[in-house]
Amino acid sequence: MQITETLGLLLALSFVISLLALTILIWAIANKQVHTPDADDARTIFEPGEGADIDYPDKPHHFDTARSGIDANSSSVVMWLIAAAVFWLIYGSLHGLAASLELHLPDLMSGTAQMTFGRMRTVHLNSVAYGWASQGGLAAVCWIIPRIFRTNLRMTGLLKVGIVLWNIGLAAGVLAIANGWTDGLEWLEIPWQIDIILAAGAACFVAPLIATAKNRNVHHIYVSGWYFLAGVLWFPVLFIVANIPGVHHGVEQATMNWWYAHNVLGLWLTPLGVGTAYYFIPKIIGKPVYSYALSLVGFWALALFYSQVGIHHLIGGPVPTWLVTLSVVHSVMMFVPVIAVAINQHVTVASNLWALKESMPLRFISFGAVMYTLASFQGSIEALRSVNTITHFTHYTVAHAHLGAYAFVSLVLMGAIYQIVPRATGKYWPFPRMIAWHFWLNVIGFAVYFFSLTIGGILQGLAQLDATKPFADSVILLKPYLEGRSLGGGLMTLGHVLLAINLIAIGFAKKTRETETENMVAAE
Amino acid sequence: MNRYLPLAITALAILALATLFLVIAPGMQISAQGPSQGLKPYTEAEARGRAVYVSMGCLYCHSQQPRSLAQAPDAERGWGRASVAGDYAYDDPHQLGTMRTGPDLMDIGDRLPSQAWQLTHLYQPRAIASWSIMPAYPYLFEHKDKAGPDDVVVKLPAQYAPKSGVIVAKQDALDLVTYLQGMKRQYAPPKDGLRDNGYALIAEKQRDATDATTASN
Repeated sequence: MQITETLGLLLALSFVISLLALTILIWAIANKQVHTPDADDARTIFEPGEGADIDYPDKPHHFDTARSGIDANSSSVVMWLIAAAVFWLIYGSLHGLAASLELHLPDLMSGTAQMTFGRMRTVHLNSVAYGWASQGGLAAVCWIIPRIFRTNLRMTGLLKVGIVLWNIGLAAGVLAIANGWTDGLEWLEIPWQIDIILAAGAACFVAPLIATAKNRNVHHIYVSGWYFLAGVLWFPVLFIVANIPGVHHGVEQATMNWWYAHNVLGLWLTPLGVGTAYYFIPKIIGKPVYSYALSLVGFWALALFYSQVGIHHLIGGPVPTWLVTLSVVHSVMMFVPVIAVAINQHVTVASNLWALKESMPLRFISFGAVMYTLASFQGSIEALRSVNTITHFTHYTVAHAHLGAYAFVSLVLMGAIYQIVPRATGKYWPFPRMIAWHFWLNVIGFAVYFFSLTIGGILQGLAQLDATKPFADSVILLKPYLEGRSLGGGLMTLGHVLLAINLIAIGFAKKTRETETENMVAAE
Repeated sequence: MNRYLPLAITALAILALATLFLVIAPGMQISAQGPSQGLKPYTEAEARGRAVYVSMGCLYCHSQQPRSLAQAPDAERGWGRASVAGDYAYDDPHQLGTMRTGPDLMDIGDRLPSQAWQLTHLYQPRAIASWSIMPAYPYLFEHKDKAGPDDVVVKLPAQYAPKSGVIVAKQDALDLVTYLQGMKRQYAPPKDGLRDNGYALIAEKQRDATDATTASN
């Protein structure tokens, strides 16, 4: 009993530390004890004189030229990352779609072990999380960091080594999983022997980005930089610590598992998505974010609260009560950083709604930013014991995961790709109308996906809580919703194919944008 | 924020704090408990079967963590008593799971002990339950003209049986079933077993409140 009390005390302590840290930060900002980022700092993303007009997708932007040397320097690394990311997006989507079909057509692909649901689903997760979202996010990082620091991306050779290692490791990893060689923990399936290659690849990204930050030509680090620079440190630490073999077993391993898995979302994919949105929303619109000081609270509150929510995946399970309560409390506290980010990003977009018509990339990114708010609110509520008891072991969780990782992170990154590629290659998208088709296929497909699994999941959970209903009821009632998910997932995948077609076609396009930019400079 | 080093140090310190609370502290508390009395280590065949379970990804549809009666009717479904941390002392990798597309399997060895049933169900789940959406695992079995002396023949209804010959279980299928048969968690849990008692505490508080209201009436 002694030890339980001690740990109960620790729980209270953790919460008090987090709350205290946040209070001190707010006090410091209010009393100007720290340098409070102000409107001038928020304008560091613009060149002097820039920011009067939107960054149109179909003509060169005047201020690209001021940075063209920087963009040109990072463009090959960024394009490598984007090409690899889109490959894994397609590969992962096809596996996701196949896994989805298998759940309502179980005898469709049961001929080989490689195609069984348990493996297809796992290849899907690893492909989209580590292949698509991580590399898409890194592409945005390698594009944005040199721009906000006004200096060339450093050690591009090392970055390319990192990209090659990461993709070799990932390919070996998904091949291993498909053939039954797995570490057997969710989000950590890739065998630790192969993880060594991935860890080496991830490590190659740290030094170049720190070196670029050290050599910056601006005093202030723009908010996207906080998220990115923290994220590129958090992820390698998480990945390496979680994959060290032989340290944990049993329930200890389960708490480690969810510490890792939720932090991959909270301290890696979320910073990538939020940081990207924080740069591109004001940059494309041409106006700084609404309340820059608020972004500081948003960032540190995210770090403090998000890092401790993971054990809500084990609510009602064989883990100490204090630990579950700790994660539930921190999940609810996530309202703080999310509201801070929401005010900043949504008010900026809402006061410039006309820009959504002009820029498809902005439309993707703003939609994703709104989904971040919704996914986080949903996550906070889902962690409450009374709600979680219904949703915990159901497809409701899958819908929630896709609201965060797909509708938020993936759509932001797709928007970033549509914005970056023309500027990195000096070419226009060959099929601009296909971008709009991609957007609507994803939005409609995701809506079908999300509502199917959300409603199905709630019904599944309620049926399983009802002792008078046999377990079979919860499976039978779910089938139409699983079919709905396949339909939605099919539309989403189709959207991704359109992105891939545009990306391949741009490789063969003429450098019209570059020529126009040169003419523009010459005319001035 | 204008400086990189303080940012990096604070960010990593926050992660270290989270690791202390989510991994190190509970890890110490859990390992101090040790295995539950009555829990046996896996036999060699069970361990091989468990490896098949892990490699097929059974985890993604089946949990291994019955909830308490204060929260859910898991025990009434025959899924076993609420599990505690010590029940998993020999599990590596853990297979607690987060999804119940299929039922919980923590106590499957008590609920469905028949080898014949398990083999038929693994070969073709719909031979047993038409509504099932579980994958079939035909590659864990072999189609033979005639069963050998040591072969375990799978019993199948005509609809799913081969036109000629028999379906026999490969070693992987036999091991997997041995593992499932060994999943028995009926022994009494330790008195100080660790688990999330949040729901029991809430139920207790509600009962106290109702009692108080009844008493004051």
